[in-house]
Order: sequence, then structure tokens, then C-alpha cells
Amino acid sequence: MSGPGVAWYLGIAAFLFGTGALGVLVRRNPIIVLLSLEIMLNGGNLALIAFSRHAHNGAGQIFALAVMAVAASEVCVGLGLVVAIHRRRLALDVDQLSELRG
Amino acid sequence: MILASAGNIVVWIVWVGAGFACLASGAAVVSFSNPFYSALALIGNLGSLAVLYLLLSAEFVAAAQVLVYAGAVMVMFLFVIAYVGPRMETPWAGGPSWQSVAAVLAAASIFLEIIVAVALKAGGRLSHSDHVNSTFGTPGWIGRLFLTDHLLAFEITSIVLLVAAVGGVILGSHTQRRSGEEASTS
Repeated sequence: MSGPGVAWYLGIAAFLFGTGALGVLVRRNPIIVLLSLEIMLNGGNLALIAFSRHAHNGAGQIFALAVMAVAASEVCVGLGLVVAIHRRRLALDVDQLSELRG
Repeated sequence: MILASAGNIVVWIVWVGAGFACLASGAAVVSFSNPFYSALALIGNLGSLAVLYLLLSAEFVAAAQVLVYAGAVMVMFLFVIAYVGPRMETPWAGGPSWQSVAAVLAAASIFLEIIVAVALKAGGRLSHSDHVNSTFGTPGWIGRLFLTDHLLAFEITSIVLLVAAVGGVILGSHTQRRSGEEASTS
């Protein structure tokens, strides 16, 4: 069974990465920014696994699992930040959180 | 021969269904105004991605995707959304500002750049062969790779997870101590 080639999967991966980038740039709710970041990481993961299948090499799948672990830790820290912001009664809006601006 | 082409058609049908679900739910995550619905759409996105991983004969990664992402990570997301309360935000209201126009242009240029790069550099050569080993993508194969060739990546991943867990705990406890100090000084 051959099915669609790697280029089709790469098209989906590119669309997912572009959609995630759009969400990160446009949305102001930090939770949705994190969700869009997950979409970007998953686009990269799909490309890695497609190339792993293409090259008959396991390194792509290993790297995809590492990306998954990094995404889990990023969600852990990011949601910790969201909860900390919420506890300090600050607005959950990435445009208003500009205290660290130089 | 007929059986092989029938299997091929089934693969294409599953691919089209999963790919369409993937693209639609990805767009839905970005465009929903309620973060709760966005998180639910992301669960659908991760599930359809797991189907695509299965089509690429990456069984262990598909299972890990469903368990880790659609299970653990999304439960954490839904818990935090329920904790802070759903905040509506209308992303496209009030006409196009220069910020949203620039964001759309940047995202479209990223997408087109990847498509053009794939089409130019590797247009005809990206058709993978039909047959893979029967062990390709199985948990035992992944585990052997992790513990032989990629042992350093495995260990570094565990350190990253530990650091993230410690960071999450510090973020949680620091604000509590700070609010306690403010309460004692006031």
C-alpha cells in the first residue's frame, strides 16, 4: 500500500505551522497562544515523522518524541505562568502584560 | 493486484478524511473566541494527527500522541481554562488592524515559503517506497533506538521534564509567598 507521498504530508504540516503562527501572532489570550504553539509543534512533528518514513530512519520518530516531551514541559511552565498571572489579578491579555518591556 | 489497489484507495480515503479534519480543527483552534472550544478543537486536531502518524507507520508515536497530548496535556489545559474562567475574545472584531493584517501576511508567507521549498527542492523525489520492515515504528524498535543510538537525547529529555516540573512548582509557590508577604505588610 503506497498511499499519498511525503509531499502531501508536508503540505498539511506547512498549513498547520502557518495556522499556529497566525494564532500566536493574532490572539491575545495567553491560553490560546499556548494552544496555537502546540499546533506549530505538531506541524513540525508531522514533517519529522513523514521524513522518517521517507528515509526509513528512526531518528525522525525519536526526535518527534523528544519534541513531544519539550511541548509537555512548555505547557507545564506556560500554564504555571497563566495561573500565576491570574492569581495576581492581572489581565490575561498578552498586549497588556508589558511590564517587562524595555 | 486488485486487492492492493483497493487497499491503496482505502489509504487515500483515510488520508483525505484525517487531513481535512486536521486542517479544519487547526483553523478552528485559532478562530474560536471561547478558549474552551479551542481546546476541544485541539483535541480533534491531535486525534486526526495520530491517524496520519498511523498511516506513516509510526504506531508508537501515534499512541504516545493520544496518551500524552490528547490525554494528559489537554486535561491540564481544560483544568486551567476552568480555573481562570472562560474569557471571550473576539479576534477578528473591530475591522482589520495593522497588527492582524501583518500577522496574516507573516503566516501566509511562512506557509508559502515551506510549500515552495518542498515543491522546488524535492518535488518528484518525495515518494516513499511501499514496503517497510514489520518492526518499523513498533515500541520495541523505538525503545531499542532510544537506549542505544539516542541515549543522550533520552537522558536530556528526562532532565528537561524534571526542570519543567521544578519550574512549575516554583511558579506556583512563588506567587503564594508573594501574596502572603503583601498581606503581612499591609
